[in-house]
Amino acid sequence: MISIQKISKFFNKGKTNEVTALNDISLQINDGEFLVVVGSNGSGKTTLLNIIAGVELPSSGRIEMNGNDVTPLPEYKRSRWVARVFQNPNNGTAPDLTILENFRLAALRTQRKNMTIGINAAFKKKVQEKISDLGMGLENKINQPMGNLSGGQRQALTLLMSVMDDTNILLLDEPTAALDPKSALVVLKLADKLNKDLGITTILITHNIKDAHQYGNRLIQLNEGKILRDMNTDMKSGLSLPDIFEWFG
Amino acid sequence: MSQFYLTALQLSICLGPMALGIFITMKIFNIPDITTDGSYTLGAVVAAVLLSNHWPVMVVLPLCMIAGSLAGICTALIHTKLKIDALLAGILVMTGLYSVNLIILGRSNVPLINIHSIFNTLSIFKNEIYNKLFVALLIIIVLIFLLRYLLLTDFGIAMRATGNNPIMTKSMGINNDIIKIIGLAIANGLTALSGFLVAQYQSFADINMGIGIVITGLGSVLIADALRIWLNVSNIGLQILFVLAGSFIFQLVLAFSLAMGIDPNYLKLVTALFVLFIVALPRVSSQLKRAN
Repeated sequence: MISIQKISKFFNKGKTNEVTALNDISLQINDGEFLVVVGSNGSGKTTLLNIIAGVELPSSGRIEMNGNDVTPLPEYKRSRWVARVFQNPNNGTAPDLTILENFRLAALRTQRKNMTIGINAAFKKKVQEKISDLGMGLENKINQPMGNLSGGQRQALTLLMSVMDDTNILLLDEPTAALDPKSALVVLKLADKLNKDLGITTILITHNIKDAHQYGNRLIQLNEGKILRDMNTDMKSGLSLPDIFEWFG
Repeated sequence: MSQFYLTALQLSICLGPMALGIFITMKIFNIPDITTDGSYTLGAVVAAVLLSNHWPVMVVLPLCMIAGSLAGICTALIHTKLKIDALLAGILVMTGLYSVNLIILGRSNVPLINIHSIFNTLSIFKNEIYNKLFVALLIIIVLIFLLRYLLLTDFGIAMRATGNNPIMTKSMGINNDIIKIIGLAIANGLTALSGFLVAQYQSFADINMGIGIVITGLGSVLIADALRIWLNVSNIGLQILFVLAGSFIFQLVLAFSLAMGIDPNYLKLVTALFVLFIVALPRVSSQLKRAN
C-alpha cells in the first residue's frame, strides 16, 4: 500500500518563476490496485510519479510504502518496493549488456550485487521461459546486446524485468508514448496481466484516453497539482469514453 | 634488434595494468579519469622508498596498489559527492599528487640498484631478460583472469550497467556513486601496479615518470576499441586481451620510431600524433566513404 500524505512540491521556490507542481495532495493506493492517472501537461502527473519513485523529494508531506516511511529515501533505496518502466524505452535497459545480463540485474533489484557469478544454466532457463511467454521470439536471443532490439521489444522486456524480483509497486510513466500501436497493446496487456496475476499495485500515467478507459480499476485526474476527480472501480466502470473526453473539454 | 622488440613487449606488459585501468574508467564507466599520471608515479615512488628500505616485495606490491586506490577514491569522491566534473577532479588529484610523490620520494630521482625486486623473485631462465618477461607475464595473466571474473560477476554486471545506463541502474537498487568510487579505486590501483612494475623494470623511480603516461593507456584502449569494432567482438575476456594487445602495438610503434632514429625528445610528439591517428582514422575513412 502507498500512502501519500499532504505532499507538496515546489520548483524554484521564492523566485519569480516559482512553480507549484503538486499542491497538498493526499492519496491512498491500496494493494493490488491498478490506478490510472490522467491530466493535461503540467498537471503534476510526472512529478507525482517521480515523488513516489524517489527521483524527486517532496517539499513537504510524507510518503509511506507498506507502512514504512520512505519520504527521505533516494531512488536506489526505494527500488526495494518499486519497479519502473520509463517513457523512453532506452531508459529501462542497458544497451551494451546482453538481454540475459539485463535480466540478471533486474533479478537482483532488491538484493546485493555480489562478486560471484550469478548467471548459470538454471537462471538462463528461467529467463528464456519468461521471455517466451511474450511470443516475440526473443528467447533465443538472450545473449545479444539489448541495444539490438526495437523500442517496443525493449519496453516489453523492461516490464518483464520488473517482476524478476519481489515487486510491490509498478510505476508506468507513459510507457507506450514512444511505441507503435501494436507494441503498445502488447505492453499494456502485459501490465494488466501482471497486475491481475501477481496482484502488483500498478500506477499508469497516460495521455491516451482510450487506455485510461480500458485499463485499471481506479482513475484519477490531476489538474494544477491537485486531484480533480477520483473514480473508484464502480464509478470508473460506469464511465463511457466520451465522459472522460469531456473532462478535458 | 630482436632485443629492441623484446623490450617493447616487456614494457607493454608492465604498462598493461594501467591500460586495463583506463579501460575500466573510460569504457566501463564512461568517465575520463586522468588521475593516472599521478597514481602511476605514486605506485613507483612507494615501491622505490619501501624497496630501498628492504621491505619484502610481496608486501610492497599490495601497498602500492592500495596507495593508487586511495588516489582513485579521492578523485571519485570529488566527482560524486561534490558533483565536480570528472576531468577536473582527476586534474586536481593528479596535480596534488605531484607534491605528495615528491614528499614520499624525498628527492626527484631514486635509483633501485641492488635491491630485491619482483623480477628477481623467480629465476627460471638463465637470461635475465627472459626471466623479467616471465614474471611480468605471470602477473598479467593472473590479472586477466581476475578482471574477467570480476566483470562477469553480479557486481561486474552492475559496474558495466552503471557506465552504460545510470538511469536504469538507480531503478535497479544500485548506488551509482558507490560503484563509481569502487571502480576508480580498482582502476587507479591497477595504474599504481604499473608504476610499481616499471620502476623495478627500469631500476629507478623518477618524479616525472608519469607525465603524459595517461596517453599511453588511452592509446591502448583506443586500439583495443578499433579491434573490437573491426572484429565485432563483445566477449569481455577478448576485450581485455585487446587492451593488452593495444598496449603492445603502442610500444611497438614507439620502439620502431626510435629504431628509425627519431630523437627521443620527440617521442611524446610521436605518441600524441599516433593517438591522433588512431582516433581520426575511422572518422576520416567514413568521410571519404561518404564523399565517394
